[in-house]
Amino acid sequence: MRKLYSALKYICIAALMISLTALVTVVAYVLINGVDKLSLDLLFGDYKDTPSILPAFIGTLQLVGIAAIIAVPIGVASAIFLVEYTNNKGKFVKIVQVATETLAGIPSIVYGLFGYLIFVVAFGWGYSMLAGGITLAIMILPTIVRSTQESLLSVQGGLREGAYALGTSKVRTIFKIVLPSAAGGIVTAIILAIGRVVSESAVLILTIGMVVNKVPETLMAPGTSLALDIYYFASHGYPDEAAATAVVLLILVLILNLLAGFIGNLIKKSTYGDSAKM
Amino acid sequence: MNEFIGSMDITAKGCNLYYGDFHALKDINIEIPEKQVTALIGPSGCGKSTFLKIFNRMNDLVEGCRMEGEYRIGGIDIFDKETDVNLLRKNVGMVFQKPNPFPMSIYDNIAFAPRTFGVKKKRELDEIVEQSLRRASIWDEVKDRLRGNALGMSGGQQQRLCIARSLAASPKVLLMDEPTSALDPISTGKIEELMEELKKDLTIVIVTHNMQQATRIANKTAFFLLGELVEFGNTDDIFTSPVDERTERYITGRFG
Amino acid sequence: MRGVFLFSGVFSILALATITVFLFVSGVPFIAKTGFAKFILGSDWAPLAGNPTYGIFPMIVASLYVTALSVLIGIGIGLLTAIALYKFCPKKLVAPIRQMINLLAGIPSVIFGLFGMTIIVPFVRDYVSPTGVGYGILSASLVLGVMILPTIVSVSLDSLNSVSNTYYEGALALGATKEQATFKIMLPAAKSGILAGVVLAIGRAIGETMAVIMVIGGSPEMPESLFQSVRTLTANIAMGALELDGDALSALIATGVVLFVFTLILNVSFALLKKGNRAQGTHKVADKKGRRGAKK
Repeated sequence: MRKLYSALKYICIAALMISLTALVTVVAYVLINGVDKLSLDLLFGDYKDTPSILPAFIGTLQLVGIAAIIAVPIGVASAIFLVEYTNNKGKFVKIVQVATETLAGIPSIVYGLFGYLIFVVAFGWGYSMLAGGITLAIMILPTIVRSTQESLLSVQGGLREGAYALGTSKVRTIFKIVLPSAAGGIVTAIILAIGRVVSESAVLILTIGMVVNKVPETLMAPGTSLALDIYYFASHGYPDEAAATAVVLLILVLILNLLAGFIGNLIKKSTYGDSAKM
Repeated sequence: MNEFIGSMDITAKGCNLYYGDFHALKDINIEIPEKQVTALIGPSGCGKSTFLKIFNRMNDLVEGCRMEGEYRIGGIDIFDKETDVNLLRKNVGMVFQKPNPFPMSIYDNIAFAPRTFGVKKKRELDEIVEQSLRRASIWDEVKDRLRGNALGMSGGQQQRLCIARSLAASPKVLLMDEPTSALDPISTGKIEELMEELKKDLTIVIVTHNMQQATRIANKTAFFLLGELVEFGNTDDIFTSPVDERTERYITGRFG
Repeated sequence: MRGVFLFSGVFSILALATITVFLFVSGVPFIAKTGFAKFILGSDWAPLAGNPTYGIFPMIVASLYVTALSVLIGIGIGLLTAIALYKFCPKKLVAPIRQMINLLAGIPSVIFGLFGMTIIVPFVRDYVSPTGVGYGILSASLVLGVMILPTIVSVSLDSLNSVSNTYYEGALALGATKEQATFKIMLPAAKSGILAGVVLAIGRAIGETMAVIMVIGGSPEMPESLFQSVRTLTANIAMGALELDGDALSALIATGVVLFVFTLILNVSFALLKKGNRAQGTHKVADKKGRRGAKK
């Protein structure tokens, strides 16, 4: 018996190796295969003769902007309501919790269909950056609500009491004491959510129209994003451009994910000082 | 609410308090004199902290808490509809068992209450901060690092900072909920000296587990047991010649 | 101010309600018109034919195949990886490896799709496939299997970590080896958390679009082999979306409804498993972290 279990141990270690190899291979391949295909024309060209991802850059920025402007305030306020106004219990909280969890489980392509039905068709906007941005905002909302909730819950109750005992109103306590104390965690969550917006493409197929060769003139115009460009290039016979764009997107997303923890910790340090531990 | 003017004595009449079905305070009547230190003593769970928290209405925040009775500070009914709870809390400061400095600089901690109540000018704030820190006798220790994070201080310093933070709101009454139970003896001594100084202008009510502390600092002592106020009187009398047998048993250490 | 917060709190409920209503109102009448059985169990998808037919059974089957196979791959490797990280890996390496795996959880799915398209598909075509076709269920499952790895590893590891270490010490005290204690005591104790992770992984696999459409071929045919161009439910929506209108579009929305119902079922089972977790009193870390990890 003992031998069998020892064998299992080595199988586990082998699995660990496989996991790491597989994931690292994906990253390494994308970087190595794509990096020499990067060119100035592709990065900053005007898309006259050769493909360029400039429209995708701008499109991605627009999507991030729209999604963040909508999802961050609503998500944070929603979490504030749940934690600060309802003590995070009761029927209403349960319902909101179930709703956020359900939203979190919906596949992105279904969000895409929804965005298409409501913004593109029902509102008559047509394929547009705004339609895509708002749909993405709804998609990232559950993550922001959840992480903010956790950050708020981790703020010590004594701080709230201390503020109330000085005659501070609830709203002032929230904005001056609770939110600054939770800022590190909230910022991390927001950056991770932005990472998701940058990575997403299925939603966009159905909402922003995949117009790859033009910088959208207004938010009501159709457009593209970096992630969507990769799909477009790969499925329309531009493998080199797809590989190169993948390098850009991958580096961008990895940086965002690294930044998320780093900036969050930086903020925590500046609120709580070096000596304090969270 | 009118500003508190004149006397700062505290009275409670017919005080009953319930947490859901639990009858936590039973028909308490007391008159706490102004500008003295009054200690509330008694075994854990006897209701002394709950009683303390009535007077800055912190119990309002507790779910399922219900109360009866009449409560006045300086003659003003603190549960009156006209009474602004935030102003009440400004006038009735509280220091907690565990030091709870805000995660910001020492200066900002002290300036928090004045800013809440509309003081904006830097010079005024500077003055309030210095004065409050001096009154809490911690100025000399922190004057060179006012911009440093308050969480970088020791536990005893943090607690005196919290006292200074309360003082900055210029309260008339200071409620202290076991303020030294988390501190070492030296820090405890400093805070006791401080209370001696502060009672010149403030009514202080302190909950304490430590009977020696009560004898050292309190002019008056109230003994609570199972939600009842068993005995209230001059500290000397309570500890030397208690009237009630239960008080005697408690102070001689036979229970609690 | 309270009103603003309250409105935001209600927003999620509103969003969910709107999504549900819009999908069902636009999709269900179409299913009714086509006939429920004909739509769900029909095996012909020809929305552009002169006499159009809308049967999504092949897509349902393909979705189930891809999900099952990828989750099998993902769980197989992922769970073992988590166990290795839990007890059989130098302590110093655990944190950096975890961090790396978390970071890799953020790789966009379109990049996995691209990787699959340029590496996995040709490889399968040249070395594995008996038919000479690289696209299909096997390629899609391999890509998805790797993609869901980080989720499974982090959920399983959290579940294991949340089991009280006293069990482990108790087992060792009785003379069990490290390996026996891990496999016979800790693993069963972490079971419900790991199971919740499996449900999460299933949800991700069945809902994934981009990584799948780039490697699965896309023909709406009944899957008969692992090496054959087929189409999942998600691929059906994405591939049809830009070209269709009228009834054909409604058919896509109806496909979305079916997918939505699938995910609702998964959500409910996830919630139930979580409840089971709590009842067992093992922990509640796994579901929280898992959810977060999963949506990255």
